[in-house]
Amino acid sequence: MVKLPRLLTWTLRVLVAGYLALLVAWPVALVAQHTFADGLDAMRTALADPTVTHALWLTVEVAVLAVLVNLVFGVGISLLLVRYEFPGKRLLSALLDLPLSVSPVVVGLALLLVYNGVDGWFGPTIERAGLQVVFSTPGMVMATVFVALPLVIREVVPILEEIGDDQEQAARSLGAGAWATFRRVTLPSIKWAVAYGVVLSLARSLGEFGAVKIVSGNVVGSTQTTTLVVEQKYQDFEQSTAYAAAFLLAFAAVLCLVVVTVIRPKEEQK
Amino acid sequence: MTAAVESPARTRSTARPGRALSRSRGATLGLGVALLWFSLLVLIPLAAVLVTASEGGWSGFWQVVSNEQTFAAIRLTVLQAALVTVVNVVLGPVIAWVLVRDRFWGRSVLNVIIDIPFALPTIVAGLVLLSLYGPQSPLGLHLANTESAVTLALLFVTLPFIVRTVQPVLEELEPDVEEAAASLGASRTTILVKILLPSLVPAIAAGAALSFARGISEYGALVLLSGNLPMRTEVASVRVLSYVENGNTAAAAAVATVLLVVALAVIVVLDLVQRRVARRG
Repeated sequence: MVKLPRLLTWTLRVLVAGYLALLVAWPVALVAQHTFADGLDAMRTALADPTVTHALWLTVEVAVLAVLVNLVFGVGISLLLVRYEFPGKRLLSALLDLPLSVSPVVVGLALLLVYNGVDGWFGPTIERAGLQVVFSTPGMVMATVFVALPLVIREVVPILEEIGDDQEQAARSLGAGAWATFRRVTLPSIKWAVAYGVVLSLARSLGEFGAVKIVSGNVVGSTQTTTLVVEQKYQDFEQSTAYAAAFLLAFAAVLCLVVVTVIRPKEEQK
Repeated sequence: MTAAVESPARTRSTARPGRALSRSRGATLGLGVALLWFSLLVLIPLAAVLVTASEGGWSGFWQVVSNEQTFAAIRLTVLQAALVTVVNVVLGPVIAWVLVRDRFWGRSVLNVIIDIPFALPTIVAGLVLLSLYGPQSPLGLHLANTESAVTLALLFVTLPFIVRTVQPVLEELEPDVEEAAASLGASRTTILVKILLPSLVPAIAAGAALSFARGISEYGALVLLSGNLPMRTEVASVRVLSYVENGNTAAAAAVATVLLVVALAVIVVLDLVQRRVARRG
């Protein structure tokens, strides 16, 4: 392996550590420091605010629903993409990555155009059937599902490709049905990839902001999620509450990262 | 299950891998449901954006995009995303190199820090940067509401892309090749430029495409940090949002179309790069 001169090694090391400290580590640490500057007061005030607690529960509800939808859809479509041939497969596979590069604001606008109850393409029909999508939970879940859509798929597809289908074929030839094969042969070998994808989706879903801002209508105490509360409280000069809510979100995100780091080596041992 | 249900399964299992879909009714149904959901959620809404933008005709579209404030926003967005991508193209491989080839205390901490911008909610990212580069900056750097704030926010959110695409490639490179080159008298610079760099280029390109796409579409991290000053720090996404809030969905769709076209171009580039890599491997 090529070795760099010592001086250059040290220069690069300091450069990288310095850049990451200034861009990420120090600012993140400051938010924690701001939150707990007066001990637990800021956190207590924030958690006593009904707007904040309502938003926290709504965030959890929307994120969990979105992750469940993406889990089922993601695993299903990954199996179809890897194990079956059908026309348009490459196009579909490329389109599935689209949500990663579409602006959340555009996602919100797109859903609004189709599902709003006044002049949307499907909105009025669905609303007459008794389901309000936009400015309500279903729309927020859809927006969150949209932005986190590829995360499970991107984790599961490579693993499915790697393990091949020898074992699945063996199970089938021994008389196992499709469901039994999936549950007892396929699932055990992809479970870490699925878990990894779920944690990534959860982190993304808890933090969605732009798309949800448009689709939810941002109604205080009703359709306002935690990220929207952070924005509003900051702009209303309730900075300590904003920092406390932001800290909770950041804490959840870092927790997800830790879980991912714990999961990863187990997957590699296989 | 009855034998009648099991026997087709058995014939299916003897087929070679890459079975045609028509052999399994369950898979066809699954694909149908998945495509329906994907269409309802992603394809039809995105098509609605394009259709709404085209309703005013080319002149209507052009009128929106050439509006002074909107044009400034689009220009700022593209320039800043390009600038940030260039910075990432230089720094990303360097960070990946340090994380893979260097051994020092704290390396694993740096490795986790790289992922923070990806996991952190964007609005929190904005708040986080504001605490070090805002009005109460302990460094005395007051960048909020300036163009540098946009650069800073984009640097933060795009940090992981190139690092994370280059890192696995660097890890899997065979040291033999470098050693062989060295034993044949190649200098360090020659090895870096002629052996390492060419194998990293596809990964760098893929990461750069993702980083540019993310930069173009960023919204959350900018809201609190850049102040969204018209003509100065307002980006395209903010422009879309203010059109939506004013009820002018046609104009919002026009600007969104510009963003979508760029996103599509990025997908195409990514797909081409990945196919090239697959063919080589």
